[in-house]
Amino acid sequence: MAKAVFWTGNEVCAEAAIAAGCRFFAGYPITPSSEIAAVMAQRLPEESGTFIQMEDEIAAMGAIIGASLAGVKSMTATSGPGFSLKQENIGFACMVEAPCVVVNVQRGGPSTGLPTHPGQSDLMQTRWGTHGDHTTIALAPAYLRELYLEMIRAFNLSEKFRVPVIVLIDEILGHMSECFEAPTPNEYTVINRVKPTCPPEKYNPYEVQDGELVPTMASYFEGYRFHATGLNHDKTGFPTTHPIVCHQDEVRQLAKVSHNRAEIDSWEEVMVEDAEILVVSFGSTARGAHSAVLEMRKQGVRAGLFRPITVWPFPDEEVRRLARKTKAIVVAEMNLGQMILEVERAAHSDIKIVGCQKVGGVPVEPYEIVAKIREVA
Amino acid sequence: MAFDYAPYMRMSKLPHLWCPGCGIGIVVKSLIRAIDRLGWSKDDIAVVSGIGCTSRAPGYLDMNTLHTTHGRAISFATGIKLVRPDKHVIVIAGDGDMVAIGGNHFIHACRRNIDITCIINNNNIYGMTGGQYSPTTPHGAKAATAPWGNMEPCFDLTKLAMGAGATYVARGQVGNGVQLERLIRDGLDHHGFAVIEALSNCHTQFGRRNKLPDPMQLIKHIQDKTVPKSKAEKMDSAELAGKFVVGELFRDTDRPEFCDEYAKLQQRAQAASKKKTAVPVA
Repeated sequence: MAKAVFWTGNEVCAEAAIAAGCRFFAGYPITPSSEIAAVMAQRLPEESGTFIQMEDEIAAMGAIIGASLAGVKSMTATSGPGFSLKQENIGFACMVEAPCVVVNVQRGGPSTGLPTHPGQSDLMQTRWGTHGDHTTIALAPAYLRELYLEMIRAFNLSEKFRVPVIVLIDEILGHMSECFEAPTPNEYTVINRVKPTCPPEKYNPYEVQDGELVPTMASYFEGYRFHATGLNHDKTGFPTTHPIVCHQDEVRQLAKVSHNRAEIDSWEEVMVEDAEILVVSFGSTARGAHSAVLEMRKQGVRAGLFRPITVWPFPDEEVRRLARKTKAIVVAEMNLGQMILEVERAAHSDIKIVGCQKVGGVPVEPYEIVAKIREVA
Repeated sequence: MAFDYAPYMRMSKLPHLWCPGCGIGIVVKSLIRAIDRLGWSKDDIAVVSGIGCTSRAPGYLDMNTLHTTHGRAISFATGIKLVRPDKHVIVIAGDGDMVAIGGNHFIHACRRNIDITCIINNNNIYGMTGGQYSPTTPHGAKAATAPWGNMEPCFDLTKLAMGAGATYVARGQVGNGVQLERLIRDGLDHHGFAVIEALSNCHTQFGRRNKLPDPMQLIKHIQDKTVPKSKAEKMDSAELAGKFVVGELFRDTDRPEFCDEYAKLQQRAQAASKKKTAVPVA
């Protein structure tokens, strides 16, 4: 029977993670994500899982990768400054292909910024925060029931493609409460990493079969005794500086995402088919954008909303398709112009593309988006 | 018969990348012999490292091995140990890796008393990056970034470990492999956070700049600086100045171990949640 719940977004993150099979959480206190850690500290021991508050953000990221390699689904949660600190180890997770989930409850401002206020300024950092070429999957839901299902999808994608997956929400979603029917297990699937079936002496931790991109993943202590390193490595897992091997391995790691877009991409469209003005917005800002679009329709303006749920990889093709049939695009976001860069790149068009941007720790209001739509209509 | 190291090593990965005469080889061999004496299965051991010369050791060991980011080995090891408390987790690191960039993780692992064995190859220098001074470079010694002599005071790693709460602390040296093996074995066998400092030689980066360019000369220099614990107990502080006491320096078997405590917490949480959800009997 469906259960009605009244949870905050941060509580949703924790409960959905447990539903997805997460049994290890390492974190460090930071506003506005701290409640995720608090719920995990309460809930994980009840589920025979483990919670630990580490000495810093970097250690929390390291610990979840260690737990993942030892065979347990793991996650951490943080916000702006903590997300910055985690970047090196996020890159390490990419390199050793360790599945894990990082929730970033975005706050306002650069540096210490506005710890108790929302922002969406980590969008580009989410994609490019760690050094070197690497792939990123980032999910940015806008509603709490959706957040529950996207958390589960985050674990599934991380397990399936052996990548860290970022769930990008903000202070509004983290601290707001919504009443919804908690998804029941028959509404979602839970995916687990594919383990090797070959005997240990035949196992190469980064070997893929022809036509495949994701290697099978043994856990430590199962007899496979593999080596994992952040250095460029060959299929055996050991360091190499061979230019062709290094190049091909990095290309394969990117292809894990770029060749599986159909499964990774996700978005919502609201009245886009006949839209003259397209609003592109994500996360909590998209809630206001949705209201603005409905208001414009009432006033006879043909507006539509395109809301990426998977923000990385960015849904280029869909934006390009929609850009061909619209007069202008308004990109609403709680930063000073980040998603708009992707929209401009994807649209690849001369149509007017304007931003409705705001920082300062307060949401972009529907009336502000309405005004922007009027400007270009 | 000479000890056979091959069953514990990934022989195909040899030759190793360390300089001829490097002390790390002695530390790794002592570790292998210690594991052999304990009779542990390779499948049950994880060896975790950070960045630097010493951190390349896990690659040569035929175990579950992880070569992580600079300074962070203990945090990865903590994640592994917490989800598999029944297995053996070993961290091996150099002085710069463990107590400069990794210092925070080091002291907190000591404080938690988590059952991980931490072996520090202390050669007083950053070797791999080209001989920069580390937190254990002696005052006045020369380094690539201390051409006029190191102006910084240095850490005593064993005191740092004891002060932070490690429950087994020992110091050995590469000039005495038999003792080092015993200290590592006791550290592995200890149920709690164990720290074994191995005073070691980097003649290439440290010795070369400090008039000790030959490995044997530098190892002799290290030997001359050390005093066995039994002898040190009879010496006064003036006699001990500039000396390093070797042997088992501290052991506490009473303090609770972190994973044991967490298992108890899980039991408490599960008992409480059962009570909460139990249907009352009419």
